[in-house]
Amino acid sequence: MATTTYAGRPVTLDDEGFFTDPGQWSEDMIPELAASAGLDRLTDRHREVIAFVRARYTAQGAAPAVRALSKSSGVPVKELYQLFPKGPAKTAARIAGVPKPRGCI
Amino acid sequence: MGGTLDKVSIIVSKGSLEGIYPPLILAGGARAEGIEADLFFTFFGLDAVTRRRIGRIRPATVGNPGLHLPTLVGALPGMPRLLARSLARRMERLDIPPIPEFVEMTADAGAGLYGCQASCDLFGLTMADLVPQVKGIITVGDFYGLAAGGQIIYT
Repeated sequence: MATTTYAGRPVTLDDEGFFTDPGQWSEDMIPELAASAGLDRLTDRHREVIAFVRARYTAQGAAPAVRALSKSSGVPVKELYQLFPKGPAKTAARIAGVPKPRGCI
Repeated sequence: MGGTLDKVSIIVSKGSLEGIYPPLILAGGARAEGIEADLFFTFFGLDAVTRRRIGRIRPATVGNPGLHLPTLVGALPGMPRLLARSLARRMERLDIPPIPEFVEMTADAGAGLYGCQASCDLFGLTMADLVPQVKGIITVGDFYGLAAGGQIIYT
């Protein structure tokens, strides 16, 4: 566990960099979170996926793994990996301030 | 967690359903973690990427102790297909795709798919017989070149 600051507010992260309390997250943290996840350019399409993961977490209490994310958001798997080369489900969950997706697929 | 894994190369050598799902799950899971992944399809594992076989992958219902079925029951005509169907229903509920979609998804996720040269020669297969996601038919030497610097998993 580590405490760091995004958008001027302190947040608690687990060992892998995911929010331990999604309530500490706010939208204005997205650019800094994206930069810390290694994304140098954040497009509207990135934001769409991040918003989708956040909404899914809020509705269902868990972030989707890659296949579910692609199926439910309508963003093809290929594009998801172009947007988030280091793993779309994981990276989007980190930026959306929600716990790591647990699925294998 | 200590250390990081940057690359895995997974050898798929079996053509049964239970021989093909695990390597696909391992490769897709690797990509989801940002780990580079390649799949090398050899011997009957080639069925997973052969156009006329990919839609008909069945579990081994004879000689498979994991099924807890008497051998004679497993040998009844239609058993492999019946069991494949019942597994497919359960898998769909768990968000595990059928093999053709899984192969496509794994390639879309950026995993490299390769056929084994010696096995393709043995079965008389060319690139035209394989699904379009396969990047090439390569020798074992080429495979080791691809795998260099990473871990190799044999399934």
